Amino acid sequence: MNSLRRWWWVLAMLAVVVAVWLALRPAGRLPASPGQRDADAAALKDLALIKRGAYLATIGDCAACHTARGGQPYAGGRLLATPFGDVPAPNITPDPATGIGQWRFDEFWRALHRGEGRQGEPLYPVFSYTSFTKVTRADALAIFAYLNSLRPVNQPDLPSGLDFPYNVRSGLVAWRALYFKPGVFKPDPAKTAEWNRGAYLVQGLGHCNECHTERDSLGGIKKDQHLSGGQIPALDWYAPDLSTQAGGGLAGWRAQDIVDLLKTGQSARGAAFGPMADVVRLSTQHLTDADLQAVATYLQSLPPRAAAAPAAPFARAASAEQGGKLYAQHCADCHGMDGNGVAAVYPPLNGNTSVTEPSGINAIRSVLLGGFAPATAGYPMPYSMPPFARQLSEAEIAALVTYIRQSWSNQADAVQPDEVRLYRHTPAD
Amino acid sequence: MTISAPRRSLPRAVVVLLAFCLCTAALAATPQSDAAPPVPDTLQQRVVACTSCHGSQGEGSPDSLGGPRLAGKPAGYLLQQLAYFQSGQRQHAPMEYVVRQLSPAYLRQIAEYFAKQDVPYRKLAVPAVSEEIMRRGEELVLHGDPSRAVPACDSCHGARLTGFEPMMPGVLGLSYGYISQQLVSWRTHTRAAEGPYCMGVVANRMRESDINAVSAWLANQTPPVGMHPQPASARTEPLPGWCVMGSSGVTP
Ligand code: HEC
Ligand code: HEC
Repeated sequence: MNSLRRWWWVLAMLAVVVAVWLALRPAGRLPASPGQRDADAAALKDLALIKRGAYLATIGDCAACHTARGGQPYAGGRLLATPFGDVPAPNITPDPATGIGQWRFDEFWRALHRGEGRQGEPLYPVFSYTSFTKVTRADALAIFAYLNSLRPVNQPDLPSGLDFPYNVRSGLVAWRALYFKPGVFKPDPAKTAEWNRGAYLVQGLGHCNECHTERDSLGGIKKDQHLSGGQIPALDWYAPDLSTQAGGGLAGWRAQDIVDLLKTGQSARGAAFGPMADVVRLSTQHLTDADLQAVATYLQSLPPRAAAAPAAPFARAASAEQGGKLYAQHCADCHGMDGNGVAAVYPPLNGNTSVTEPSGINAIRSVLLGGFAPATAGYPMPYSMPPFARQLSEAEIAALVTYIRQSWSNQADAVQPDEVRLYRHTPAD
Repeated sequence: MTISAPRRSLPRAVVVLLAFCLCTAALAATPQSDAAPPVPDTLQQRVVACTSCHGSQGEGSPDSLGGPRLAGKPAGYLLQQLAYFQSGQRQHAPMEYVVRQLSPAYLRQIAEYFAKQDVPYRKLAVPAVSEEIMRRGEELVLHGDPSRAVPACDSCHGARLTGFEPMMPGVLGLSYGYISQQLVSWRTHTRAAEGPYCMGVVANRMRESDINAVSAWLANQTPPVGMHPQPASARTEPLPGWCVMGSSGVTP
């Protein structure tokens, strides 16, 4: 009872401090100098800059969030699911009334680099400024020029669907103090230009870390765990660890495998599906070969990961026999009894990180949903997998997934029927 | 597992040479029993996800919860529906998920593939309904309901109810559950199309109890042998002005 009262006190004090800070801080609209206006105007007419901006916006995959399904590109309206409620993505076409038509570049830069809106208000980090802050000012200007070259679409932003207390923007002040430090990417002079380009793309515009890292209960990214894999909140897929070295999620992947996956959606080590299929289709398939190579070079330099000490010697689950029968009956025709798949057609399951990732979600959901790898310019007619949600029971799917997680070279934990039940729903968007 | 997916374009001479080598190698090879047969490079093999719900040739799933028949429907109509599932204008979560990653060009090929399939129609189960309800169903399909401005179904779907190329579907060979579900979806706007779209208007003018009647009557008809959509030129009556059809199905 006593300790509860003390907590209330602490909370009340905190609220006062935040309120005073909000009242006193030097926020608000940025003053515009005439020189700045001229510079903006010149940039907006530079065709080469606009073209570069289009490419950069594709790497940043801006359209993926800023476009409603079936809606006009970049006109916003898509609801981005977060564990705290839905946040609608705003219209970023140059419409003066409902888009960014009245924005100056300074204001755009402040949003991307410091995560602050036009009135200086802190933005919700579902807008990945935690990564975009690394983008250079020159690249930001190119993107700004590109967005301004789009056809303006008059479409007012949707109201936020965040639940209390997350809809109180001042709460973001504390969040940002914990998890956000503005700063443009600093090249490492000890590394090659290619490595630096890869690091810049992966850490900045590519914002890979927004998914490929575990988040804590406040939705913050844990420090020092860059690209080490994690469950994507609200989407319920697992984004694997991206280290290609010992203990890494991509252990044994060659640079070419990474390039192939990002360019075509297919690789000798596995295919892209779930949210990664979207990323490949909308963004990475359009990267230049040089940029893809740079990304691969950077990922290949991620450090080896310490393997978690097994609690007990590996032993296959009791359901192995049932799982094996189901595998032979439903999966082996395509993925092979040896789990090695068919090159360029059906992905291998043996040694496939999506099968063995810690949570088991990816394998469960792939079996439930089936579906296609992305159709890309490099691989326009992908093969497909039937969904098994209606064909197999939860116990059968659990046995089957456990079997593939524990066969051949795979040694991952068993999954339970309850987990299958949890992920049974089908995502539409 | 060293070959990776992308098809790189090889100089033609190399391709010819390679093909020659492969042929001679194939001739020389002794049959191997343990080698898996190559995966057929066909659409049929590519679309196993679709056929697992819609039947191996798109003939439709026997249970009414499964996918409806696709075989023999007009290609433009099928493509239009796939586009609606992608845009969310037609809602059905498993369908929306399965088409999400596919390009317009690939969807067109898939639509044409199913449109080409020629499989006999099977007899469908019909719920037991009274003769009176059946008569009401027949009345609506053949004559409409002038008191509510519901046009006869056959005025758009064709005198034989087999539809027209390239966009108008037939309404025979569909299960009772599927037809009634669609009529409900138009009324609840979970199956919508552009503009003041045809079936949205028709379904909303109908009485709720008429859904049961038309669905039962239609599902009870035996489709004519060799049923195909009629060519577009066979249409004699123009569509009413308020009936706007989607366009992504026709223009390539
Ligand atoms: C999980 C089962 C399932 C899978 C997989 C599936 N479908 Fe469907 N499909 C359905 C169901 C159920 C419907 C009916 C939806 C409704 O009630 O609106 C449907 C509807 C359709 C329709 C509309 C038919 C009409 O007459 O209006 C088309 C076209 C279609 N599917 C094509 C496909 C294609 C192509 C694929 C593969 C890319 C596919 N489906 C995969 C279950 C499935
Ligand atoms: C004004 C023209 C018109 C009339 C009248 C009409 N339809 Fe339709 N119907 C259409 C069009 C156009 C479509 C294709 C809808 C789409 O593109 O989504 C369609 C589609 C359908 C479908 C979906 C077929 C499938 O494979 O999913 C059914 C079922 C249907 N109509 C039933 C009926 C019934 C029952 C009636 C009579 C009560 C009727 N229609 C009257 C124009 C009409």
